[in-house]
Amino acid sequence: MSIVLDSDDIARALKRISHEIIERNHGLTGVTLLGIPTRGAYLAQRLAKIMAEIEFAPPVGTLDITLHRDDLRLRPPRPLLTTVLPEGGIEGRDVVLIDDVLFSGRTIRAALDALGEIGRPKSVQLAVLVDRGHRQLPIRADYVGKNIPTSALESVQVSLTEIDKLDQVEILGER
Amino acid sequence: MQSHLLSISDLSKEEAFQILDTAEELRKISDGPMKKLPTLRGRTVVNLFYEDSTRTRISFESAAKRLSADVINFSAKGSSVSKGESLKDTAQTLQAIGADAVIIRHGASGAAQRLADSGWISASVINAGDGTHEHPTQALLDAFTIRSHFPDFAADFTGLRVAIVGDILHSRVARSNVLLLAKMGASVTLVAPPTLVPVGAEKWPVKISYDLDSILPDIDVVMMLRVQQERMTNFFFPSAREYSRAFGLTNSRLALLQPKTIVMHPGPMNRGLEISAESADSTKSVVLEQVANGVLVRMAVLYTLLGGLPLNAGTERKS
Repeated sequence: MSIVLDSDDIARALKRISHEIIERNHGLTGVTLLGIPTRGAYLAQRLAKIMAEIEFAPPVGTLDITLHRDDLRLRPPRPLLTTVLPEGGIEGRDVVLIDDVLFSGRTIRAALDALGEIGRPKSVQLAVLVDRGHRQLPIRADYVGKNIPTSALESVQVSLTEIDKLDQVEILGER
Repeated sequence: MQSHLLSISDLSKEEAFQILDTAEELRKISDGPMKKLPTLRGRTVVNLFYEDSTRTRISFESAAKRLSADVINFSAKGSSVSKGESLKDTAQTLQAIGADAVIIRHGASGAAQRLADSGWISASVINAGDGTHEHPTQALLDAFTIRSHFPDFAADFTGLRVAIVGDILHSRVARSNVLLLAKMGASVTLVAPPTLVPVGAEKWPVKISYDLDSILPDIDVVMMLRVQQERMTNFFFPSAREYSRAFGLTNSRLALLQPKTIVMHPGPMNRGLEISAESADSTKSVVLEQVANGVLVRMAVLYTLLGGLPLNAGTERKS
């Protein structure tokens, strides 16, 4: 068990990602943030707050992808989480999906499917706090807080103060 | 939870609230542009209806289709049942076709239980009304409708006062509602002529009254039941007019209700008998909301039963 990011590291990573998103999109006028619950939604809120200090806060929404998963039948039914469409929708916007950990890529595939049901964004980008490798699909992140090489048997635990006791990312040993 | 929904007693309080929470999230999604979800793609849902139904059948059909399941509608009329085919043979036919869920409505109490326990089929069985026994999804959608009007009781119905009025004896809706509302914490009063109160109702978790006028001013929800003339093999009240005067929600009784009180009816309504046209069309009436909510709650039930790991496969896959 080891801590790979502490709260200062997370704050710095989010600040850098905010600047990268602004730079890549030449400002925030076309940008909409869409967090994937649970922790991706909180990260989206934090990014919007940081962006408000730099330029202004872009529209923020959340997208629950449970009903679009392809592995639903491999686990017992899970409760649905909240979907809140951002102000102004996603039509013609540069949508930045935000999640805590990028692993197999299946969550993002499901998110892309769900997005397709809602509308047609101009572009879709992906920001994650941690990329731990082991992709099963041809998906990559545009903005990465930290690349953490892991064993497939380990698990990565992201804690955020909004729902956990503290801000940190740790690797839990093989189970 | 089991892989069937036969009775409200199959559900714990937590599971009941979880289904309502799921339906709530589905409402937010359905209100947006995502009308159709891919969740049950490739699964087959059979509507097996031995009794007539408008609302329940189209509600289940719509729910299954919004989750991308394939739906087969089967009604006894116009099928081999009219040639004398037994429930067992029909069930085995459905098994051979490869049904993942069977939604059954049947005139015999216990038909859904029989189908689930018989070993004839491996599909999930959902009871959509069996005789005078239960109609669990109706109770869930009623609870969902009540909750959306009384947000103070979102997590617990303790303190909420509900009157269920009318033909309790023949009502599977009443039985399921009594079980569910009591489980969720509400205090329920049954109001009916003594001839339409079932034997044993005194042991239910309810109060029983024969006087509607004394009950109406102090309740939050009044649920009117249909007088089920097709099940009445005996004389239960002297005349329709006398029933209406004593137990119908007439215009003058509508005026007794508090401003926040809502009027519910599972449908189809006998206008002029148990409910006056003015009451049925008043702003207190949530009858059409109940229908709309039915689709959401049934989506939640289908998702809960079919959306995850098939329960009989659970032990093999854990290893």
